[in-house]
Amino acid sequence: MSETMPIPRLIRLDDYTPVLGEPEVAELRTLASRLQMRTVQMVNSTSVGGGVAEMLNRIIPILQELGLAIRWEVITGGNDFYEITKAFHNALHGGPYNLPPESFDTFLAYNEQNLRRLQMEAEFVVIHDPQPVALIRGRQEHSGHWIWRCHIDLSQPNLAVWGFLEPWVNRYDGAIFSSPEFARHLPIPQYLFYPCIDPLSEKNRELEPGVVREIIESFSIDPARTILTQISRFDRLKDPLGVVKAFQIVKRYFDCQLVLAGGGASDDPEGEAVLAEVREAVGNDPDVHILNLPPWSNTEINALQRGSTIVIQKSLREGFGLTVTEALWKSKPVVASAVGGIPLQVIHKHTGLLAHSVEGTAYQIRFLLSNPAIAAKFGQQGHSYVREHFLITSSAKRYLTLFLHLSGAS
Amino acid sequence: MKRAEQSFQFKTASYLTRIGKETATTLAELKQGLETCSDTSIFNHTFQTLSHHHFLTQGFSNDFAQWVLAACNRPELAEHLASLDIRDYLSLAELRADLRRLVFEYCERNPQHAEQSAFEPFFFFEAIGVEVPLGIEAWTLEEFRNSLERLSHASFHFHFIASRLRLQLRTNDFSYWLENSLDLGALARRVNRIDIYTNTLEGALERIVSLVEGELNS
Repeated sequence: MSETMPIPRLIRLDDYTPVLGEPEVAELRTLASRLQMRTVQMVNSTSVGGGVAEMLNRIIPILQELGLAIRWEVITGGNDFYEITKAFHNALHGGPYNLPPESFDTFLAYNEQNLRRLQMEAEFVVIHDPQPVALIRGRQEHSGHWIWRCHIDLSQPNLAVWGFLEPWVNRYDGAIFSSPEFARHLPIPQYLFYPCIDPLSEKNRELEPGVVREIIESFSIDPARTILTQISRFDRLKDPLGVVKAFQIVKRYFDCQLVLAGGGASDDPEGEAVLAEVREAVGNDPDVHILNLPPWSNTEINALQRGSTIVIQKSLREGFGLTVTEALWKSKPVVASAVGGIPLQVIHKHTGLLAHSVEGTAYQIRFLLSNPAIAAKFGQQGHSYVREHFLITSSAKRYLTLFLHLSGAS
Repeated sequence: MKRAEQSFQFKTASYLTRIGKETATTLAELKQGLETCSDTSIFNHTFQTLSHHHFLTQGFSNDFAQWVLAACNRPELAEHLASLDIRDYLSLAELRADLRRLVFEYCERNPQHAEQSAFEPFFFFEAIGVEVPLGIEAWTLEEFRNSLERLSHASFHFHFIASRLRLQLRTNDFSYWLENSLDLGALARRVNRIDIYTNTLEGALERIVSLVEGELNS
């Protein structure tokens, strides 16, 4: 059965004032003043786990506190539905699609079943990702504004699946993508909403220097020496071997340590293989710390990022790259590959440095280690950039602006 | 203290980013995109980028210049593009014409660079604005000073930078009001001289507050 989620109330809007300043919080209230008690429905396919649910858990209370009459609906289905949507997900990322043609009928039947249970009557309906995309079938003529929010990369989709979904998407009033590179050419308006982080979350909140030091030392890392860190799961697309090679070049010139911290090696056979390859490449170097962390290690990741001298993200392919956002928010100088959403965050020579190779990555790290004042400036500018564009409050502002734009309320 | 005949009504503008149709992977495609993109796209990559990147006070003038430098590695063209000052333009058409001319002339002189692939594509975005009154108004210079301290970045950008296009004058909302409603021409000119390229929005706002306080104390 579809569920209407209870809206969590953990953090108040006023809690963001020390981060953003009073005028920015007041501006959110001003924008929202024209949307009081206007109805909004956000619909997705899960209430826990995954980035979308995490984001909705945080943004919906903010929009509700701002006076919108917002509801969060979660669609449900049987195992067959989730097998199909998982196959869709992989196919939309360019993978093969081997399910029989009847799978499309099953997908639509579950959407129809959810539609019968949900009252889709809000003035603004935001459907997240492909799972509930066909709910638009229930849209009444001249009813509210329907927007499809796509959180995944559609740049190279399997055309069998995209060909099925596209006609549904084209019935919406607009689509939202996280990066222009993830979008498709569509006949409807396409908006850019960046993914965001919550500055008050466990992974991003301020930590006392003593806590940072204690956590770093708990991993046998020396906080007094230079620390280069890449946070990412052990996945070939994150190029941990390339990071090790870049570190080995940098180490010829600078005394430094490397931290490769992430998860994904315990429940993923490929992750385990990658981890083994990395261990082999590192050999007995005591200055490389490989940390296979459990998923609940948010405070540890926060401390590792805050304790780092430079944060690296040497991905070969990337989504938006929220680990980069997290590092920039912590005012860290970042050296990252120019892939996926990273160039949207790392403005070369302003908020960090971009690289296109192992040698380039090593060179940029050496440059920053030789020029700490420039590194500090990049860190400060990166923090400001995230504050303006990639925080949960920026995302709330984008939704308010979108609703005002769609309704002509300005 | 003089009371203005018309109050200053503070507003804010919030912008959505709409993904445009044009993309450039070479300078030749940039030239083409500059011909066909919408005015809201020109606005987004020049006026609006000063809000997006206001905390950068060195070497970032507009998105076109930044892309030409960082993704095409063409510092000479980047310098020319960066030197365009939006304060010199009363319309987006004039600004677009100069952007196109600079890219066109560079491609003519350097045909070998015109088709070279950039490291990353340039995506043309459009800025879709929504204006909302803040419910704050000022009738006197003192009220004006107090109100300035309550402005968000977006509101300040709306009145101090984007207003130039709306007024079709080489000035901003603040200077216009100070001169025309309070007869403070000298203060208006000092406010209008503040460099929006070498100050952050916060820095420029602080500078205006300081100038207004100077006037109040004189």
